[in-house]
Amino acid sequence: MTDQQRERQEQQPASQSEQLYRALKDGRISRRAFMVRAAALGFSATAINAFLIACGAGNPTATTGTSGATTTTAAGGMTTTAAGGARTTTAAGGATTTAAGGATTRTTTGGAAVPGGATATRPAGAAATATRGGSPTATRVAGGATYTRDNPPAVAAAAQARQYSGQRVTYVGGQVGSDADFDQILTRKFQQDTGIQINLVPGPPSATERYAQYQRFFQGQSADLDAMMLDVIWPGAFAEFLVDLNPKLGSLAQQCYPSIVENNTIDGKLVGMPWFGDFGILYYRTDLLQKYNISAPPRTWQELQQQAQQIQAGEQGANPNFAGFVFQGNAYEGLTCNALEWFASNGAGTFINAGQQNANPQVTINNPQGVAALNLIKGFVGTISPRGVTTFQEDQTAQAFTGGNAAFARNWPYMYAIAGGAESAVRGKFDVTALPAAQGQKNVGTLGGWQLGVSRFSRAQDAAIEFVRYMCSPEVVTWRAVVGSYVPLYPSVSDSPEVQRSQPYLQKLASVERVTRPSRSLGEQYNEGSTRIYQAVNQVLTGGDPAQLLQQADSQLQRLVRRR
Amino acid sequence: MSQQIVEPKRSTLLRTRSGGKRTTTQEQAKTRLAWLFLLPTLAIVAFVAIWPLVQTVYQSFTDARLASGDEPRFIGLENYRLLLQDRDFLNSILVTVQFTLITVVFEFALGLLIALVINSNFKGRGLMRTAMLVPWAIPTVVSAQMWKWMYNDTFGVINDFLVDKVGILSRPIAFIAERNTSIPAIAAVDIWKTTPFVALLLLAGLQVIPGDVYEAATIDGANKLQQFLRITLPLLRPAILVTLIFRTLDSLRVFDVFYVMFGNRQNTQTMAIYNQQNIVEFSDLGYGSAISVAIFLIIGIFVVAYVTFLKVEEV
Repeated sequence: MTDQQRERQEQQPASQSEQLYRALKDGRISRRAFMVRAAALGFSATAINAFLIACGAGNPTATTGTSGATTTTAAGGMTTTAAGGARTTTAAGGATTTAAGGATTRTTTGGAAVPGGATATRPAGAAATATRGGSPTATRVAGGATYTRDNPPAVAAAAQARQYSGQRVTYVGGQVGSDADFDQILTRKFQQDTGIQINLVPGPPSATERYAQYQRFFQGQSADLDAMMLDVIWPGAFAEFLVDLNPKLGSLAQQCYPSIVENNTIDGKLVGMPWFGDFGILYYRTDLLQKYNISAPPRTWQELQQQAQQIQAGEQGANPNFAGFVFQGNAYEGLTCNALEWFASNGAGTFINAGQQNANPQVTINNPQGVAALNLIKGFVGTISPRGVTTFQEDQTAQAFTGGNAAFARNWPYMYAIAGGAESAVRGKFDVTALPAAQGQKNVGTLGGWQLGVSRFSRAQDAAIEFVRYMCSPEVVTWRAVVGSYVPLYPSVSDSPEVQRSQPYLQKLASVERVTRPSRSLGEQYNEGSTRIYQAVNQVLTGGDPAQLLQQADSQLQRLVRRR
Repeated sequence: MSQQIVEPKRSTLLRTRSGGKRTTTQEQAKTRLAWLFLLPTLAIVAFVAIWPLVQTVYQSFTDARLASGDEPRFIGLENYRLLLQDRDFLNSILVTVQFTLITVVFEFALGLLIALVINSNFKGRGLMRTAMLVPWAIPTVVSAQMWKWMYNDTFGVINDFLVDKVGILSRPIAFIAERNTSIPAIAAVDIWKTTPFVALLLLAGLQVIPGDVYEAATIDGANKLQQFLRITLPLLRPAILVTLIFRTLDSLRVFDVFYVMFGNRQNTQTMAIYNQQNIVEFSDLGYGSAISVAIFLIIGIFVVAYVTFLKVEEV
């Protein structure tokens, strides 16, 4: 095996991941395996784009990397309504947090925190017309502050952060959608204002790979990694390697939704500062619904199937690549998220029933409704969804939808900004709604989202915490929400008029039930459990027998739950 | 590395030949010196090859986990017992062997053909030899990603060509998504990439065959086919053996092209991918080590088979 690895190592060309490689030098055996992947991902953006252009196909500007699932957590291990991002209606604490956060927001919108306030002279009318499926990258005028891509908020606590000026913080950022662009803009601003050097390293877009990468670093007690993005399902698994943020960021975190803070608090330690939330939503083409005289977007999966079929039949004549419905069917974490939605919205449970206080988790994945749900979706593949959908991750989904090649798409909210962007073929022609559910079942969306954490082995912990404070500040979260349609986790930010204008669906979808993946029930074994689930489901989608595969997954999950 | 075997042998040889008692101490000193010179090499081999192997074998008897701080416990043959019942692992062996058979056969046949062609004299031979190596020079992750897009059912050139330009297919095929086409599709990528390498190895073998052998055969009235079967093939056997062993081992431990094109899809996992998944993604170091040992043994079987059937000792 060593020859092959060495050879691969030599083949790595310099890329944006180069620094990551360097940082990995202290790592252990599998760092090479990781590098291969990092290189694969690093390449994909350029190589594939070039390739697409050569083919003259599609929309080459869309991101092409493979991508990861955003995931999530669980609010308290139970399926809570309103955990991620949406406006919460929970009474407890709601009043106080809103009040506290409201004040912060007011300062932001007052223009104090946004240096470009003066540019607010653009006509407000332009922003108003752009709202529905419009371009979030366009200038938005909000209470005197202007939110533009090139105009990130200033660092509010700059004075405090400047005492660590000159220190160097390595931050593993995102690579799905506009993640990398936004990271770059924000880190540059932070560097300017505080003098703290940020070494921005984009992590693998696939959450599965990112997880393995962090594990290597933590395992080697590496000081090369200071701050990093954490999936909502990871706080439990990584708690012992992360700094307690409570002393410095506790009061800020208290302004977030309580459920997400609870999720990120392990044994009293706040191991991750909530950054943005996610949940699965259905994107649809308003113009096509109108064209085919469909009065409303689908409420059940059967309706989705019928509408998609009708639209696809009509559109394929002119565009043979047109698909009715696209989702994430590749064998990776994102498929676990998709499958969870199919299960929960068909009354088939959430794979594992956590039980009281998670004391006695019951594996429930193998049930007749689950088999029926999988059979239904299996029937989509090759009819209303392209056969290749079993290799799709988020970015392929976004590419199909924003390129005008799909009527319906399941994706996370981040696609809202991309689909409304200048390069999108569906700008102004789409809207979002809740994912379909079977008759009598609730509409659900898998809870996802990302936190920022600081490594216990970091030698620049204080500087890293200041960086996290900036990235997760209500000002930055508001900016990201308006410009990039990232779902805020501060109720005050969700309620602010500029966010409601740029993400009108948040309020509309507030009642969608956020379902959580079984990360609490599986603990450290979550990665393996999720792999069993997405592998079984992927096999079904490529022609396998749901009954048999679910039975197999059931016994594998039983084993993991017992071993826990 | 060959020194370490050859050197001590030669000194024993010398000793037996000279035989006399007078030289014994001298010879012993020489032997000691030889070992002294070999020591660094041996130490490095032990450090980079033997120690990790021993470590892996040891870990395969424990329940070691990457992420946990607990001391690994010794659990005997438990990992191996699970491994024998593990359908995913058995499936990964099947996938790997299937892939290996397809690729090695095609690469060898095509490689030999190409080697014979470029071994003959024609204009632009040097350019041809260089140009031929282009697929081999592209990093695997890049070429795999490239092929992945070429195979795509909605905008891939291959479907575009077969459906729209030639019209052989009535609808596009998602080559890497469908069960029946995924292994042949990925084998084609490997064949495209590695055939030049095989051709190069065989060409090196062809070039050491002296021309006068063929002259003699021509005078004796042997035709081209006879010359090929009686002269070229037998004299090429060392090169063939090296090529086949190289390619078979490479194919058996294939990782990159599968990882890029299929990811963690269960029915198309190779042994190496399944191994990586268990160790890296599931942190199951103990079980993963047992898989590593099993892969080591499986590859060993292939090597022994080759060496036996191709009578390596004469080589």
